[in-house]
Amino acid sequence: MRVTQPAAAPLPTRRSCPFDPPREYEHLREREPISRLAFPDGKTGWLLTRHEDVRAVLADDRFSSDRLRASLPLRQPTIRPEDVKARAGMLISLDPPEHTRYRRLLTRYFTVRRMRALTPRIEQIVDDHLVAMERSGPPTDLVRAFALPIPSLVICELLGVPYADRGMFQGWMSTLLRIDVTDEDAFAARDALKDYMLDLVTTKRAHPDDALLSRLIAGEGAAQGLPDTALSDQELAGIGRLLLVAGHETTANMLALGTYALLRHPGQLKLLRERPASVDRAIEELLRYLTIVQFGTVRVAREDVEIAGRTVRAGETVVASLSAANRDPERFAHPARLDVARELNQHVAFGHGVHQCLGQQLARTEMRVAFPALFARFPTLRLAVDPERVPMRDDMFLYGVHELPLTWDR
Amino acid sequence: MRIRIDHDRCRGAGQCALNAPELFDQSDDDGTVVLLDDRPPPELHDSARIAAELCPNAVIRLVEDS
Repeated sequence: MRVTQPAAAPLPTRRSCPFDPPREYEHLREREPISRLAFPDGKTGWLLTRHEDVRAVLADDRFSSDRLRASLPLRQPTIRPEDVKARAGMLISLDPPEHTRYRRLLTRYFTVRRMRALTPRIEQIVDDHLVAMERSGPPTDLVRAFALPIPSLVICELLGVPYADRGMFQGWMSTLLRIDVTDEDAFAARDALKDYMLDLVTTKRAHPDDALLSRLIAGEGAAQGLPDTALSDQELAGIGRLLLVAGHETTANMLALGTYALLRHPGQLKLLRERPASVDRAIEELLRYLTIVQFGTVRVAREDVEIAGRTVRAGETVVASLSAANRDPERFAHPARLDVARELNQHVAFGHGVHQCLGQQLARTEMRVAFPALFARFPTLRLAVDPERVPMRDDMFLYGVHELPLTWDR
Repeated sequence: MRIRIDHDRCRGAGQCALNAPELFDQSDDDGTVVLLDDRPPPELHDSARIAAELCPNAVIRLVEDS
């Protein structure tokens, strides 16, 4: 029997429920776990929706992470020659051995132990914001009062970026995360962020402090015997931009969307309130259930590779859907259920393979402080508007809520 | 059970140190894995298996005693 090749389709992006990925993923996972994907650049590639295949590809060095060689699943602003030049240090899009060099220099600043040591400072920051919320509300927008400022201040202190400048860089970053951004707006935001970070690196060279950027400039890694610790200004600025963006919107969206999800699942929130020690499991489950990297992550085949009975040709792009993988019933019992007590949660919300999130222990530490403190401080916390009126971030590369209006009894 | 480490593959994600802190730590130098006990007592075998499962780079190999 001749098997007809289904036509390539664009990436599914339309959700029917704010917490679930688009329904098409479920059908694809069941019927066609590796399916033909049509990219906006006119090329055809593949979409992976099974946990096993997603993990396999992300851990396979026959695939490259170089986004310049990849087709991207949604239209993105034009890459200009100066943007290519400014990619130095942006390790998320680099392959080994280049990637390995940067990752080795940076990992020591994000270990489990280092992040634990940050806990008292994060507790202080969280408490300060809760006090301010109590003074000014109810109601309040959780995004502006809590979810964004906490990770923003934490990553600024860690990197040595002046928090007072947040009005500027938060705006540029948010422009760059819009899926419908125009070339004009993207260029302006990119250039502004690039210049800002290059200026900051120059300032740090002249007036070093105790934070990460200055430590990298000082070549701290050299004392530990790491090779190639000297970084150019372009590399430092690339690293600085990547870490600043990654440190902001990720945890910010998890805090706001996670709070929303828990408020909509009162039974689960009750479990969490009653057993604060279960917070670690709850965080892993929220990471899985919400998977804010909503459009997945791309890889390009360097050679022909067999996946799930199909041949991905050299040069073709594969989109690994993290959100589909995290709802795979082969891996997770009742995947559509938010279950804060779920054990052995092997989610791929932070990715997998050599690029698995550098800042994941920071994100976990922030969440394990922030969620319990928020729910303890406001026992009657609830939505201040109808759920239909909560603006979801369908239009952003990182999912979440644009605003989360909340209220409580004083 | 014996734990074997393929250190060159490690990128310091920290899953092992997070999930099995009795068995794994991370180096202060480059954040990569430090094996604390290559012969874990039986009560830590499950933790070792979780760490091996969660490692994003297949650094940890477990050799079960036959």
